Amino acid sequence: MLKFTAIMLDGMNYAAWLFLVAVGLTLIYGVMRILNIAHGAFYAIGAYVCASALGVFYAAGLPGALAFAVMGVVALVAGVIVGLAVERGVLRFLYGRDEVLMVLVTYALFLILEDAVKLIWGVESYFVYQPYAYFGFIEINGLPYQVYDLMIVALAIVLGIALWFWLERSRMGRMTTAVVADREISAAMGINVTRIFATTFAIGTVFAVIGGVVTAPKISVTPGIGAEVIILAFAVVVVGGLGSIPGAAIGALFAGYARAMSVHLAPAYELFAIYAVMAVVLAIRPHGLFARASGRKI
Amino acid sequence: MMKTDFRREPLYIAILAGLLILGFFLPSWLRFLLQTAMAGGLVAVGVSLQMRAGLVNFGQGLYYALGGYAVGMLAAQAGITDIFLLLIAAVVVSTVAGVILGLLLSRYREIFYAMLSLAVSMILYGLLVKAAWLGSTDGFNIPSLSYLGWTPSRAVRPDVYYITTAILTVLACLATARYLTSGAGMLCEAVAENEIRLEYLGANPRKVAFIVIVVAAALSGLGGGLLAMSTGHVDPLMTNWTTSGGFVFVALLAGRGSTIAPMIGFFLLELVRNYALDLAPNAWQMILGAVMLMVILLLPEGLWSLVERRRKA
Repeated sequence: MLKFTAIMLDGMNYAAWLFLVAVGLTLIYGVMRILNIAHGAFYAIGAYVCASALGVFYAAGLPGALAFAVMGVVALVAGVIVGLAVERGVLRFLYGRDEVLMVLVTYALFLILEDAVKLIWGVESYFVYQPYAYFGFIEINGLPYQVYDLMIVALAIVLGIALWFWLERSRMGRMTTAVVADREISAAMGINVTRIFATTFAIGTVFAVIGGVVTAPKISVTPGIGAEVIILAFAVVVVGGLGSIPGAAIGALFAGYARAMSVHLAPAYELFAIYAVMAVVLAIRPHGLFARASGRKI
Repeated sequence: MMKTDFRREPLYIAILAGLLILGFFLPSWLRFLLQTAMAGGLVAVGVSLQMRAGLVNFGQGLYYALGGYAVGMLAAQAGITDIFLLLIAAVVVSTVAGVILGLLLSRYREIFYAMLSLAVSMILYGLLVKAAWLGSTDGFNIPSLSYLGWTPSRAVRPDVYYITTAILTVLACLATARYLTSGAGMLCEAVAENEIRLEYLGANPRKVAFIVIVVAAALSGLGGGLLAMSTGHVDPLMTNWTTSGGFVFVALLAGRGSTIAPMIGFFLLELVRNYALDLAPNAWQMILGAVMLMVILLLPEGLWSLVERRRKA
């Protein structure tokens, strides 16, 4: 019974984390047709910025609860700055180029940003465990569980709903959906596609940075964390279907529970659980669960 | 898209062979660099072959590592030291992997192919990193190898390894040139151009894609085996996506023109990396990324297109 509870909670927690890192990737692909490998670097930047900011914050000796406000501000500011810099600085010159070529472009960006991170923060590890320990434990079904982890689940749900609300209910979001459906017609109808692209890219980046920021207190922040994340995020969006936001949520749940089950039942296969899910899904639906059928062009 | 003229291919390969003979007179460190670059260059050729069919393989390091580990494990664990047996094993293992993955991946194109090939190679990376009996991230060393019962002494071993690598590389390039002029090789560009028309003409694009995947796998496996032989060491980095990214970068630089261009490209990359890692170990990837961006922005058909353009003019 304890094991069952642990699987349920860990699966949910891991799924929430995966959703946070994968949803930005799928959003950017859905709107801009760019599979953004640099997403992993954005995640790493989030983690580093969070570690630095919290280091300064704790040195100042302010009340601990404010740390979460700092994390929020840092995620927004860093995400918007990095996202806009990359979009305005590089990507906008390459719109309309081949999708695969854009993978190479973002791969190049990933390499550049990875080294930029190393040059700014060095190669040593950073630790900021305080926010993780702040809330302490709560007992669920006899199992003590970190409240911070449950907060991440809540955050993922809130942000997921907010993103849905933005896309479905706001004016900007509806215009974005129109651009997804047909870029040229939307432009002809007077939608500023350039602005939609810049906004979407910034939002997607903010999600990646948030993923890094909330993870920073749980891990030692070291070079290389971005690469691991991008591979996992790929698996999630492939399962869900590239470009689909509900797909990212379902994909994250599949992958999260697959991993939680293997961690508790067959730890040796932890790594394969996610890829096994991916392989099974692709065998049944070659382009993911939520992928729209597309015609073949002659 | 650039038209390719493969009748010149034997000429290019003859030039390559000449360069390799010249390599014999190089200082030993540079010659060793050339030797490892040939091994990696074969993988880059594999990537550029697939690129002709519009398939960008972001995980070609998978076959590189399989070839390397096949040699390493057979030599270190099973005690087989004959170089020819080991290299055959390397090619066989990677070809079998290519057949299995080819069956799965040949239905995917473009972004999905890139992403799935990347994912598969990272699974192997994860496996190797976790395998403590294979030295995890450190990999393991390979004992000295023998030639049909003759074990070269320490003094002549570098020469023997260089000759082996050079001969096999030239042979592999010849085989690749033969493949490029074959039906399945010629159809690759048509797959990239328009699959449905290709189907109307009676060809099977999936089969064409499958064949190019297998050919590339075999080449890369040989490359991995040669690298394992040359350096006497294998580690999981061979299948890491940064390694694969380097191959994609070289193939992109080289364009789809020939088999020799990726070889030269990879040698230059290794040379630059050698110096850059000395001068600025933490900025090496940044330089690579910046050059990559420049090439994409300014030379969409690769460096080889400069040669082609001049010839046409």
